[in-house]
Amino acid sequence: MRKPIYLDYSATTPVDPRVAEKMCRYLTPDGEFGNPASRSHSFGWHAEEAVEQARADVAALIGADAKEIIWTSGATESNNLALKGAAHFYQGKGRHIITVKTEHKAVLDTTRQLEREGFEVTYLDPQPNGLVDLAALEAALKPGTILVSVMHVNNEIGVIQDLAAISRILRPRGILLHTDAAQSAGKVPVDVNALGVDLLSLSAHKVYGPKGIGALYVRRKPRVRLEAQMHGGGHERGLRSGTLPTHQIVGMGEAFRIARAEMAAEGERIRGLRDRLLAGCQTIEEVYVNGDMERRIPGNLNVSFNFVEGESLIMALKELAVSSGSACTSASLEPSYVLRALGRNDELAHSSIRFTLGRFTTAEDVEYTIQLLREKIGKLRDLSPLWEMYKDGIDLNSIQWAAH
Amino acid sequence: MAYGTKVLDHYENPRNVGSFDKNDPAIGTGMVGAPACGDVMKLQIRVNEQGVIEEARFKTYGCGSAIASSSLLTEWVKGKTLEEAGQIKNTDIAEELALPPVKIHCSVLAEDAIKAAIEDYRKKSGKSADAA
Repeated sequence: MRKPIYLDYSATTPVDPRVAEKMCRYLTPDGEFGNPASRSHSFGWHAEEAVEQARADVAALIGADAKEIIWTSGATESNNLALKGAAHFYQGKGRHIITVKTEHKAVLDTTRQLEREGFEVTYLDPQPNGLVDLAALEAALKPGTILVSVMHVNNEIGVIQDLAAISRILRPRGILLHTDAAQSAGKVPVDVNALGVDLLSLSAHKVYGPKGIGALYVRRKPRVRLEAQMHGGGHERGLRSGTLPTHQIVGMGEAFRIARAEMAAEGERIRGLRDRLLAGCQTIEEVYVNGDMERRIPGNLNVSFNFVEGESLIMALKELAVSSGSACTSASLEPSYVLRALGRNDELAHSSIRFTLGRFTTAEDVEYTIQLLREKIGKLRDLSPLWEMYKDGIDLNSIQWAAH
Repeated sequence: MAYGTKVLDHYENPRNVGSFDKNDPAIGTGMVGAPACGDVMKLQIRVNEQGVIEEARFKTYGCGSAIASSSLLTEWVKGKTLEEAGQIKNTDIAEELALPPVKIHCSVLAEDAIKAAIEDYRKKSGKSADAA
């Protein structure tokens, strides 16, 4: 059987072959397998050199200094370290944190934990286009606010938050700004100084690097302090103990170096494919785009096919690897909390599909996807009592549904 | 989610898809579920004068298991009397399709749908009997 067409680059990306080739040189007896913390021999020195080169490559993609990069196991750990680390360190100053309802669970579950520890957390509603309302953010500030966490790019709808504008509100008040940049690095320009962020989480596997490695940017000027969450040998300036996985770090560094070199051209190519897919979707009736189309990464398209249920659509599209906003697939029957937070009704939230395109997506992939969508949406609508009612001119909101 | 072969078969080749005229006195219509919950089933039966279901049709908005449950139901009720059809249990459907626990509600919805269709038919035929 032919492999499905992969259109789920926001879930993860394949490792670029150039990255994999380089990683292999840091594992075996004839490679540089040393412990970067070993100071007494050349195995350690060579491994340390590789780690520091990677640190410089990661820093360069986000306009940071290499000394500001802390290696972690991924963006989830980075988010935990940033939020818990800053909250614990600065709790003497205040105990109020602000975030947004459309954040990734790695942020929302961490702030829930901080609430259990006695911190107060405000969860902002986004605007219907997915962007944070700056006035609402400003209104939510309190004298005890110490930290605001807003993701740079949303994982489901791909919208880009205006972090620079958020920073302009926070900086004069001395409030820290953390951002989860797992979905933006390598896709849109990220500059920690232009954006005015103090803490920024990164992941390698969304940028054609390996899984299991990430980084946290921690600003040095003005210095941001964190309380370590992982204790041990005092690695990473005591902020994150644990032997550095040289091959993973080398992979992340190489992936970020390639991203910096190729991002502009790659972004344009992917945007062209995404716009073709959008145009193809819009030839189908009753299709709704979720999230702002202007402030959005090139590779994301999130659409709701009204009157077709998401999980059955994913089944119909088995030749495609896509994800459904309807979390039916993950055994909970709730529709996407992100789409609900945008104010989408349950039907549209249940009917959404996220297509994310990337480095290895081709024009043929997109043409095939459009053809398949047209065929399968038609088939499922022939099966749908809601489509039949819509075609008969019945207002579905006028019906007294029996919730179950 | 991995689906059983029977669910996949009904999903790929749904039986008896379509609609009858709901105003026809020989037709009973059951519509259950809600769009907000992610599934809506419409089941219709054509009943002859002996009270036997001659034909059934369905349309379903929902996941693969919901579509399969309603498709299977249209096969099962054909040729049954209203009394027999009313005794179909959701557990029979869940067992036949090997539904996983998170999909049991799909079979419950199917049982609700046939009960609603029978009730609708009885209400309508009761009325028409009064008129005659």
